[in-house]
Amino acid sequence: MKFTVLVDVRLRSGIADPAGTTIERALPALGFEGVSGVHVGKTIRFTIEAADEEQAVTHSEDLCASFLTNPVIEDAVVTVSPGGDDL
Amino acid sequence: MSGVVGVVVFPGSNCEMDCVESVSHLGGEGRLLWHGDEDLGGVDAVIVPGGFAHGDYLRPGAIARFSPVMTAVSRFAADGGPVVGICNGFQVLTEAGLLPGALQKNRGLKFLCQPSMVRVETSDSSLTSRASTGDKLSIPINHFEGNYTCDEETLARLKGEDRVVLRYVDNPNGSVDDIAGVCNEGRNVVGLMPHPERACNDLLGSSDGSVLLGSLLDLVA
Repeated sequence: MKFTVLVDVRLRSGIADPAGTTIERALPALGFEGVSGVHVGKTIRFTIEAADEEQAVTHSEDLCASFLTNPVIEDAVVTVSPGGDDL
Repeated sequence: MSGVVGVVVFPGSNCEMDCVESVSHLGGEGRLLWHGDEDLGGVDAVIVPGGFAHGDYLRPGAIARFSPVMTAVSRFAADGGPVVGICNGFQVLTEAGLLPGALQKNRGLKFLCQPSMVRVETSDSSLTSRASTGDKLSIPINHFEGNYTCDEETLARLKGEDRVVLRYVDNPNGSVDDIAGVCNEGRNVVGLMPHPERACNDLLGSSDGSVLLGSLLDLVA
């Protein structure tokens, strides 16, 4: 079966996020008030072949731990949904 | 006979010839090693140079650490062989788990290309044996992701074990504890963001990098 995997890579809490801080500081100058907690991360999307959803999650989490994230500074939230998204 | 320093070339490396030139200027022999090589061809030391290995895609060093040559470099390091990672090479060595911590974007989000003054914090490493603790060296930096980061436990350990090799005199990038370079437990693997290979000749504005690369050459002479 094919599954679509969305990996949301975020900086771990406590790790400085200069991009997020810069954006947050710039917002009032652009007239946007009341925005806080800006964080910049990245999203990686792919299709994975797996026997079932549980295996798709396990394989994706392994991939995150060994390659897609640097555990020293990043965490990942993995979302798996049925069906491929190759196109 | 002079020792041979292998300089690893990944697709996207761009400081390899500066490393080879500075090594030969200091009396050694530099030899390029391709990232696809599975052995190091008997070199006596390894430099992982600066640049943008594999385009720095995903994260600097993230893909480079899977290049075949890195298995050989890890084995060489485990056997006590001297390994130095400069700039992108430092990022590769942290990703490969040969050095602790990580390099993230500079505080201030600016690409920094400027001279920097660094202080030698220990002379007990493969890159600083010719220097004395407290020596100040003018060595250029050239990076966007040179902001050294690690957790508090790792930092305490690095300090307790005297493994901070270089500190910035005036921290340019937000690195924790002003760290510009660290070494591994065996003290044979060193990573640093400044470029000593660009400071080995007065014509380049500073020859202070000779002390560092000269120390490496002492180990392989």
